[in-house]
Amino acid sequence: MASRLASKSPAATLVKDSAAAALVAALLALPLLGFRMTDTARGLVLDYRFPLVLWSAGVVFAGRLLFTLAGAAIGRRLAARPPRAAARRWPLSGGRGRALAGWAMVGFALVLPLTPFGDRNLVDKATLLLIYIMLGWGLNIVVGLAGLLDLGYVAFYAVGAYSYALLSQAFGLSFWLCLPIAGLMAATFGMVLGFPVLRLRGDYLAIVTLGFGEIIRVVLLNWQSLTGGPDGVYDIKRPSFFGLPFSAFAPEGHQTFAQFFGLAYSPNQRIYFLYYLILILALATNLFTLRIRRLPIGRAWEALREDEIACRSLGINPTKTKLSAFAIGAMFAGFAGSFFATRQGFISPESFTFIESAIILSIVVLGGMGSQVGIVLAAVLLVGLPEWFRDLQLYRMLAFGGAMVLIMLWRPRGLLAHRDPTILLADHPAPSPADPTAPSEVSP
Amino acid sequence: MLSIRNLEASYGRIQALHGVDIDVEAGEIVTLIGANGAGKTTLLMTLCGKPRAGKGSITFEGEDITRLPTYQIVRRGIAHAPEGRRIFPRMSVLENLQMGAVTVDPKYFADDLDRVLTLFPRLKERIGQRGGTLSGGEQQMLAIGRALMSRPRLLLLDEPSLGLAPLVVRQIFDIIRDINRQQKVTVFLVEQNAFHALKLAHRAYVMVNGRIAMSGSGAELLADAGVRAAYLEGGHEAPPPRPAPEAAP
Repeated sequence: MASRLASKSPAATLVKDSAAAALVAALLALPLLGFRMTDTARGLVLDYRFPLVLWSAGVVFAGRLLFTLAGAAIGRRLAARPPRAAARRWPLSGGRGRALAGWAMVGFALVLPLTPFGDRNLVDKATLLLIYIMLGWGLNIVVGLAGLLDLGYVAFYAVGAYSYALLSQAFGLSFWLCLPIAGLMAATFGMVLGFPVLRLRGDYLAIVTLGFGEIIRVVLLNWQSLTGGPDGVYDIKRPSFFGLPFSAFAPEGHQTFAQFFGLAYSPNQRIYFLYYLILILALATNLFTLRIRRLPIGRAWEALREDEIACRSLGINPTKTKLSAFAIGAMFAGFAGSFFATRQGFISPESFTFIESAIILSIVVLGGMGSQVGIVLAAVLLVGLPEWFRDLQLYRMLAFGGAMVLIMLWRPRGLLAHRDPTILLADHPAPSPADPTAPSEVSP
Repeated sequence: MLSIRNLEASYGRIQALHGVDIDVEAGEIVTLIGANGAGKTTLLMTLCGKPRAGKGSITFEGEDITRLPTYQIVRRGIAHAPEGRRIFPRMSVLENLQMGAVTVDPKYFADDLDRVLTLFPRLKERIGQRGGTLSGGEQQMLAIGRALMSRPRLLLLDEPSLGLAPLVVRQIFDIIRDINRQQKVTVFLVEQNAFHALKLAHRAYVMVNGRIAMSGSGAELLADAGVRAAYLEGGHEAPPPRPAPEAAP
């Protein structure tokens, strides 16, 4: 940007560029802001609000101008530095730094409820955040590692949630027994989805998975006799601490969690318990992914993402590889789903709409496709911030969109796009952090 | 070792191979030369099961592999370094080599890795680097090295000289000769760079429009006037059986 500004008359280019942006904004704002129907005593009246259109164009003009100037200034500053120093400025860009950051996050998550600001409200929000982190890590197996764009991931989340809810209601099974069943059910559905889409890739795969997600939701909505339809399933059993319920009073002949440990009853105990439960589930997902990347199947997923034809020619069975990615990714969504059901105590098809899939996918993509720590950062950004800034009310979505645009501008390949190799020779160090992130073909 | 009989293959309604017969004996380097679009790559792909052979048979070490899925064919001991190299760009050199060894018992990995890195010292220098950041020649070395990691008895090479500088091409062909002599790997080489390929090969086939037009020893074909005109000198004389509009690289 800096060089372009320097080559032509800088001021003229700058103004022209900003004017173009303002024009686009004005054209967009004209139908969106310029007219409004108001309901008056005389019927519907068309209101004209042209000043608003001018205002929005003006704001965009000024914003674009400032943004370009700021970009040029930053560009000059970076150009003045040696490239290595620029790489150093990101403490998380090296493999070691990232691992340290990961451990720091785990430590923080473990002590969060014990800190003075870890009140009930915060821990509850952190629980929600962890659900999305777990879903992000689960979807990362399918999208980030195996490179299969799945827009219907929420379907498996729903399968897990309904599996637990219905099994515990119909047969009185406990959460701990239902958890693996829910995972298995979701994995089965993952395979069922996987079979027809084996030959599809990219956009086509995305469309079919999107449809599959909607099918599951519509079935849940309409199968009244089994799922309760739009009324959902309520009074879902809360989880117990190895049989000790988190309630004020135990049923006849039983003890509550508080009684057993000689504590005073507090409703916070269940909140904290749920928090640690999802923390463990999420960390298990993470650990699984980190381990499986080093195993043949995990490596095959990554290779499949890179080049399917090459994979075939190396003796990898793409059918098995893809199905296993779908099934295992879905399994973790199933676990998260049954946790969601037990936490909420009530589920309905409304919790499993397409927007959930979109949020989870955004978390994975923004995190940097395959980066575990990146997913945590993206989940904080996409789920955490909107929760914490509920006070902004309607402006919440505006801030959300703004944050997305900023990320696209500054980190187009995701927050942490660097991929660490899973295997290193003992006498050869890892590539330096200055190694270019974008794979570029160099001709001889 | 490998015998192809009356092989036909097509893409949809367009037939690419019209009854091809080729034999590769153990220990040989056999090359298949031909112009763009003659069907050379199609033949290699058909060997690997995609596209499927419409007619004819492919026999490898006495076993009919015509109908096997690709990944099973590879497990029989045939490795394929595909056209355009197709290395994994975001994975490191070492990971690429590891992917080559997925069909092999892990206990051989260290030895095989050593063998390949001795053959390609350049790869050893670049071992932690991403595949996509290698130069074209290095990528070709990686593609061949990756194929060798599956301990093949037959190595299929599809245009290893594609897009490489002449000096690098020489280097790659020297290595192919070493692979054949020292590692006792049979090589079936598909090339447009006829001069190098014929010099290297024990026996050679010429493919024109999906048919085998000529065959013989590498030296014979190198001396043949028609072949020279069509594939080596730019096509001044009328070459048999059809002029290929291509200059020698």
